[in-house]
Amino acid sequence: MEERLIIAGFGGQGILFCGKVWADIMTQQGHQVTYIPSYGAEVRGGTCNCHVIVSEEEIASPVVEAATSLIIMNQPSLDRFAGKLLPDGLIVANASMADAEPVAGRAKVLAPPATDIANELGNVRVANAVMMGVYNAAKHAADPAELESHFAQALGSRKADLVAVNVEALRRGREWFLARA
Amino acid sequence: MSPTFTRPESLTDTRTHYCGGCGHGVAHRLVAEVIDQLGVRERTVGVAPVGCAVLAYDYFRFDVTEAAHGRTPAVATGIKRVLPDRVVFTYQGDGDLAAIGTAEIIHAANRGEAITVIFINNGIYGMTQGQMAPTTLVGQKTTTTPRGRDVRNEGHPIRVCELLNALEAPLYLERVALSSPRNVRRARKAILNGFRAQIEHNGFALIELLSACPTYWRMSPAACMKRIEEEMVPIFPVGIIRDRVGLEA
Amino acid sequence: MADRRRVLMSGNDATGEGAIRARVKAYYGYPITPQNELPAYMAEHLPEAGGVFIQAESELAAINMVFGSAVAGARAMTSSSSPGISLKQEGISYMAGCELPGVIVNVQRGGPGLGNIAPAQGDYWQATRGGGHGDYRTPVLAPHCVQECFDLMPVAFDIADRYRTPVVILTDGRLGQMMEPVELRDFQPAADLPPKDWVLDGCKGREPRRILSLLLIETELEALNDRLQARYAEITRNEVRFETLNTDGADLWLVAYGSCARICKEVVRRAKGEGLQIGLLRPITLWPFPAAPVRQAAERGVSFLVVEMSAGQMVEDVQLAVAGKARVEFYGRTGGIVPSATEVLARAREMVADRRGGETQRR
Repeated sequence: MEERLIIAGFGGQGILFCGKVWADIMTQQGHQVTYIPSYGAEVRGGTCNCHVIVSEEEIASPVVEAATSLIIMNQPSLDRFAGKLLPDGLIVANASMADAEPVAGRAKVLAPPATDIANELGNVRVANAVMMGVYNAAKHAADPAELESHFAQALGSRKADLVAVNVEALRRGREWFLARA
Repeated sequence: MSPTFTRPESLTDTRTHYCGGCGHGVAHRLVAEVIDQLGVRERTVGVAPVGCAVLAYDYFRFDVTEAAHGRTPAVATGIKRVLPDRVVFTYQGDGDLAAIGTAEIIHAANRGEAITVIFINNGIYGMTQGQMAPTTLVGQKTTTTPRGRDVRNEGHPIRVCELLNALEAPLYLERVALSSPRNVRRARKAILNGFRAQIEHNGFALIELLSACPTYWRMSPAACMKRIEEEMVPIFPVGIIRDRVGLEA
Repeated sequence: MADRRRVLMSGNDATGEGAIRARVKAYYGYPITPQNELPAYMAEHLPEAGGVFIQAESELAAINMVFGSAVAGARAMTSSSSPGISLKQEGISYMAGCELPGVIVNVQRGGPGLGNIAPAQGDYWQATRGGGHGDYRTPVLAPHCVQECFDLMPVAFDIADRYRTPVVILTDGRLGQMMEPVELRDFQPAADLPPKDWVLDGCKGREPRRILSLLLIETELEALNDRLQARYAEITRNEVRFETLNTDGADLWLVAYGSCARICKEVVRRAKGEGLQIGLLRPITLWPFPAAPVRQAAERGVSFLVVEMSAGQMVEDVQLAVAGKARVEFYGRTGGIVPSATEVLARAREMVADRRGGETQRR
């Protein structure tokens, strides 16, 4: 069963970072994986999305035309991508910046207030980690410890001081999901 | 009560794409204020570089053309030679002017082309996301100098004003720093002198502006201001390097 | 990097790693989107491998540095994207005329002019028709996945050394930035490469040599050209590479390379699901072009739909190979737009349903 995921938000929200970390975890698990980024020419503030496909078969086109899952950080991204979600697909929408209510009828909606949670943790930039924590919990695709260690590795030595808050954000996302269920 | 601080005529309403703390915003405004002050907006033609300022034509309210990377002074030459009564200026970054465009800037300066060159020196390639520039400092880490600029492999940073000062023709060369209100006020005066060199004396001027790039210097805008003054200015001294016709007086 | 590992990499990074494992000695480049990851990768890893990295002052300087290192007998390469590759054309012509090996990677973007940073395939003619001045060709290799970005690098360097010619790797911004798992491995040096008995490394113990392309006497320049043409004929006999997918029994073949080939693989898969047998011919060498399988299929009554991210360039090579014997149509997008599998499949369905014959139609 192919997972075709689009992650979308504005530049600077760590969209591509999350896509790459997820693609890396799936690669290490031995799946076929493709990841493609897409962004505007502005370094900060422009729109940004990535497509991640995970499959057991060779992947032909890396472009997601019909998504099985969406991770949406802000309203313009929701407006742009909601139509690409397959019926009964999963949408994880950042409730702090997007209203997924209109899509609730035809999709499984998870709406964590990721930006609010990130602000509680003291760093608005880890909203993306909250979202990934929710997504992974919903999909049971990776061991939470695997997700945390991949995040830490991807942050690297230059951002070692950010590992703790990112790990906390991943956990808060997971907790939010489990509390809902 | 009438407004005392307004948008210059020569700037459009378009919100710029520049990162917070970038020097381009200030530099664009200073150029626009000078063009307004001199009353030449409608006979000005700008030449935009390839670099973060490639979209300058969206921000200036006068004619602007794009040039191929580095060829900016040659394009400006082509315009000025056939329309000598227009005010022609180039707006270039350190890659455009001092890397790929070294031949073009030297020869436009050497021919004494009556153009004004606004040279934004932020010591890095911003648009392409953080590679070394000819003016990157020794030891500075960039994506193509991951271990820090090493003089044995990459040479030293290039001082453009001093290089052009070896030529006969240029009339006015000054270097300023966009690092404090006082320095920004001086930069405005320098740019004014640079345009007057063209308009009143039909000669070549280059104004080099030491400018911040918070995104690829990886520091806050406030820290950037400090870096300009404490690390860049010792290598790129500010001041008038040449004033052949007494513009400063 | 360990000897054998499965690693998620971008096309640009895999190109760099492939070049390093193919024992490239020198990389000279200049920043331009969408290939910046490649010089950054080389800056990080090539010096560790004992090689030389220089960010040159321009693409023009970079190709001339490649020329210099080739003159000195070293494996050298450069990379850029469309506008920068235009700058390199003079240097590539000089390398062809001087019979120098080297590898040039073009990660294509939207054009003409400054264009945009999105993927395109508008440089096919430039790559396969020489590109610079004079009668020369360069072998052109076109990866379509990140694994090939890695695997084709030793092939490129070996072809360059075997035939004393610059070689172009033609990818695009989608492939350069895309990430896929790559099986990394070491490459064994080819055992049968001719000795480099022409390099300029100091004439101690031998007669001085020269490397030049200025041949003022017409018959001498003609002799060089004859030699080059003979070599190109040899390359055409020996080095054609292509892949076919589902072509047995298919009356309609898609022809596509690079990122378009990925889209077309999706089209083949979806078409099968609808009961339509559509095949794909994927050239891996764009020059020499795989004319023989096209010609043979044309003679059997196959029709062709050529799909490119351009206004139609490779389609002309298909038309040449078909020599009027089959229907050749084209579907493409410009501007940095990648055609979707949905739109290509729609066009293919039309062709299958359509009973008109003969003329080539453009999108």
